[in-house]
Order: sequence, then structure tokens, then C-alpha cells
Amino acid sequence: MAKAAESSGDPGTTSPRPLFAGLSDISISQDIPVEGEITIPMRSHIREFDSSTLNESVQNTIMRDLKAVGKKFMHVLYPRKSNTLLRDWDLWGPLILCVTLALMLQRSSVDSEKDGGPQFAEVFVIVWFGAVTITLNSKLLGGNISFFQSLCVLGYCILPLTVAMLVCRLVLLAEPGPINFMVRLFVVIVMFAWSIVASTAFLADSQPPNRKALAIYPVFLFYFVISWMILTFTPQ
Amino acid sequence: MAAADELAFHEFEEASNLLAETPDAATTSGSDQLTPQGHVAVAVDSGGSYGAEEEAEESDRTALLQEEKQQPGFWTFGYYQSFFDVDTSQVLDRIRGSLLPRPGHNFVRHHLRNQPDLYGPFWICATLAFVLAVTGNLTLVLAQRRDPSIHYSPQFHKVTVAGITIYCYVWLVPLALWGFLRWRKGVRERVGPYTFLETVCVYGYSLFVFIPTVWLLGVLALSLSGASLVFTLWPVVREDTSLVAAVLLSTVVLLHALLAVGCKFYFFQPLPLEHLAPPLQATSLPPDVLLPLTPGAKTT
Repeated sequence: MAKAAESSGDPGTTSPRPLFAGLSDISISQDIPVEGEITIPMRSHIREFDSSTLNESVQNTIMRDLKAVGKKFMHVLYPRKSNTLLRDWDLWGPLILCVTLALMLQRSSVDSEKDGGPQFAEVFVIVWFGAVTITLNSKLLGGNISFFQSLCVLGYCILPLTVAMLVCRLVLLAEPGPINFMVRLFVVIVMFAWSIVASTAFLADSQPPNRKALAIYPVFLFYFVISWMILTFTPQ
Repeated sequence: MAAADELAFHEFEEASNLLAETPDAATTSGSDQLTPQGHVAVAVDSGGSYGAEEEAEESDRTALLQEEKQQPGFWTFGYYQSFFDVDTSQVLDRIRGSLLPRPGHNFVRHHLRNQPDLYGPFWICATLAFVLAVTGNLTLVLAQRRDPSIHYSPQFHKVTVAGITIYCYVWLVPLALWGFLRWRKGVRERVGPYTFLETVCVYGYSLFVFIPTVWLLGVLALSLSGASLVFTLWPVVREDTSLVAAVLLSTVVLLHALLAVGCKFYFFQPLPLEHLAPPLQATSLPPDVLLPLTPGAKTT
């Protein structure tokens, strides 16, 4: 029940009060239910979802997606604490990187079945199932990152290791020897550290503080496995 | 009106020890019908000998407590999240506990405290599988340095073999052990063997010691790991007949030794000669160099 302060006397006898003068004296007790919804519609970045994207040429569509992928590559190569990878996640970049890496790592068909490097399918499975396992692990530990965001980050941070693979293949064209191995080892170690730093910059904030190390260690193991596959690659 | 001292939280040593031994018990704090000093009564859920009018109240309270402790169903995500409810410091503490087994210091009681986790066993197994494969590969590289005719290859299939073996060991052997202990519990009326998850946890953490000592995958690692398993199992088995206890413990140690020895022989031997495929090799070695090398020439 609202208790309004009563204005004194009748309007006729007192001097005219300004409008709404008594409003400041009104107090509302807790019994009045105040209902309603206050929502601010979340507006993500502007994209026209009308028919204009259907009518555009295929080149425009592809270039737009490629530009998005390229922008994310830049974010991985120069890791800063930004939200771009998390906000606009996509899985094109991880797919391109994984296929490139697997194509370069697979053993040639003349090699014997038992001993040799991984097959294309093995690399593919390791990358994707490894990323899924790490994502599940971080979600089970209580992280507040979504499933596909985490897959996106882990996939994009393979970029330094893919670059290392390209460099290693070029170095292997030269003559084999300890210097050859040292160069490859150095390149792989540097790129491995780069991958870890990049993924930690994006993923670390989503974990509760007393479990960060538990969530980061599987990422370390994942990139270590990929680095080992790159380092032990021998062309046949 | 209760004194301020009773309202403060007390750590009751006896109660926590009793709780540790009987994980299904429900504690009830003293109400004003019981003694006014905040006496903690431990009621085993199989029923106690209480008075008739208190029994209804006790059962209500225990039912409520059990409802609160009830885990969500196995189809929900929260069910699996309860197995990962550990902090970094807890995991490190459990690893330290498994590295230094002591006879009176039970791993399950002191370190797990009825909170087994799956994070430790899962990632320790993954790390161990991978470290075994890497070290095996390194052994091959070093052997090739000494003996250039041995053909080096990444041997990627060893990773898959290692992974499958270790994960099967950590899941199937605790399953068998837990089943056996439950069967013996039925026979001997012994209360409180370890739950399945605690057994898996013990096995998983006991494998940690293999990771740093993988190069000397031998007596030291095996004895440390086997000792921590034996010390953990001893209080459960000691109530049984000495024959069953001895057979069980020796089986556990034997399986563990088999794992260690199998890993050593599979991962740390360079390739024997018959696995080479000479027609497919583009090497320039003359064939008569390969002949003097017998298949039994294994390093270390």
C-alpha cells in the first residue's frame, strides 16, 4: 500500500504548489509487486540476413570466409588477449590446417605397413579426437567455454606447427646429418612453444583459477604429440 | 539456547575417521532431544537400535541426507563432472602420495578421502602411453647410431598399442579386483571394500611412477608401483584368510610385473632382422653385411 504524504489543506487555501512537488515524499513499501522484463537484445556484429547474401556471387562468399579465416590466422600468429577467436568461431581453419598437416605427414604407400609414420587417417583422428578430449576435459573441470569455441581455438593454434612441418620438409631436401636434425629440432621447439602460448592466451581465462594447470596440461600433451610426429617424420 | 562455542564448526577427528571407514554412513548433528553438547552420532544406514519414536525422525533425516548426496543420473553431464571435481593441488598431492608408499599410510584413506577422481588415471595413462612410445623410438635412434644397418622408422603403431594396453590394464584389472573383493565381502561379511572408482584411482596414480623412470623401466619403478598397490590393498585383505590374501596380493604384483616387463621388451628393443623388407629398401648396403647380425643381438 502506497503511503503518500498528504498535501496540507485544500487546494483552495494554500498557495499553488509546483507540479509533482509531492512525488519526492512518496515511499513505496515492499508489497507492490514490480513485474516486467528488462532484456537488451544481444546484437552481434552486423550481418544482413536478408536475401542479399543469396544473390551475391560465389567469389564474394568464399572471399568473405577466407578473409575471416585469414584474420584468425593473424590472431594466432600474434597472440594477444582478444576475443575474436572465441566470439566468431568457425571450423574451416582447423579443417584446412588438419588436412594439410595430415597430407604432409602421411607415409608413402611403398613403406611397409607395420613400421613407419602415421597414415592420413591416424593424423586426422589424433588431431580431432585429441581436440574433442581436451574440450571435454576442460568442460568437466568446470570451464565456461563452449564446445565449438574450444575446438576452434585448439584447431587454429596448430598453425605454427603446420608452418614447422613445411619448414621441416624443405630442410629435409638438403643432405641428412646432425645439423639437419638440429635445425629441425630448433624449428619444431620454437613452433611448439608458440602454439602453447597462443592457445593458453585464449583458453586460460575460461577456467577456474585453481584448476588452470589441470586444463592446460592436456593441451601441452596434445601439441607435444603433434610435434613429435613432425620431428620424427622421415621421407621415404 | 546453544552456547556460541557449539555453533562454531568443529573438526571431529573420530567422526571423520569413522566416516572414512564406512562411507555409507550418515552423520546427524545433535538435536535438543539428544545431549545438549552437540554430540555427533554416526548412524549406519542399515539401521541402528534407536527408540521407536526417534526412529521415524532418524529415518527421515537420513533419507534427506541421502537425497542430498544423491548423484545425478548417469545420462546427465553433472554426473561425470563429479568425477573431475579436483584442484591442481589435490592432484599433485595424490601423485606425491603414490610416489612414496608407506606401510601404514593408506593411499585411499589419506589422499582420496572418498573423493576419487578420474582426471588423474586418465591423463597419467595417456602420458605414460605416449612417453613409452617416444622413449622406444629414441632407443631405436640410439641403436641405429651404434649400428647403422638397423633401419630407423617412426614406428607409429606402437603409440596405439601402448595406449590400448595401458588403458585396458587400468580399467579391466581394477574391475576384476573389485569384483573379487566384493565377492569375498559377501563370503566374509566384511564391511567397506573400496569402490570401483577408488580402485581405478589407485591403479592410475600408481602408474605415475613409471613416467619419470621410464628409462630405467626396471626393478625400481616396478617395486615402487607394486608397493603402493600392496600397501593400499593390505587393510582390505588382511581380514580374509591368509591364503586368499597371499594369492590376491601375489596376483596383483605379478600382473604389474607382467605389464612392466612386457613394456620393456616391446618398446625398448630395436627391430629384429626379419622385420626389415630388403627388396623395398633403397639402401646401398650390400646384403652380406646383414647376414652376421643375428636376430638375438638385442641391446640392453
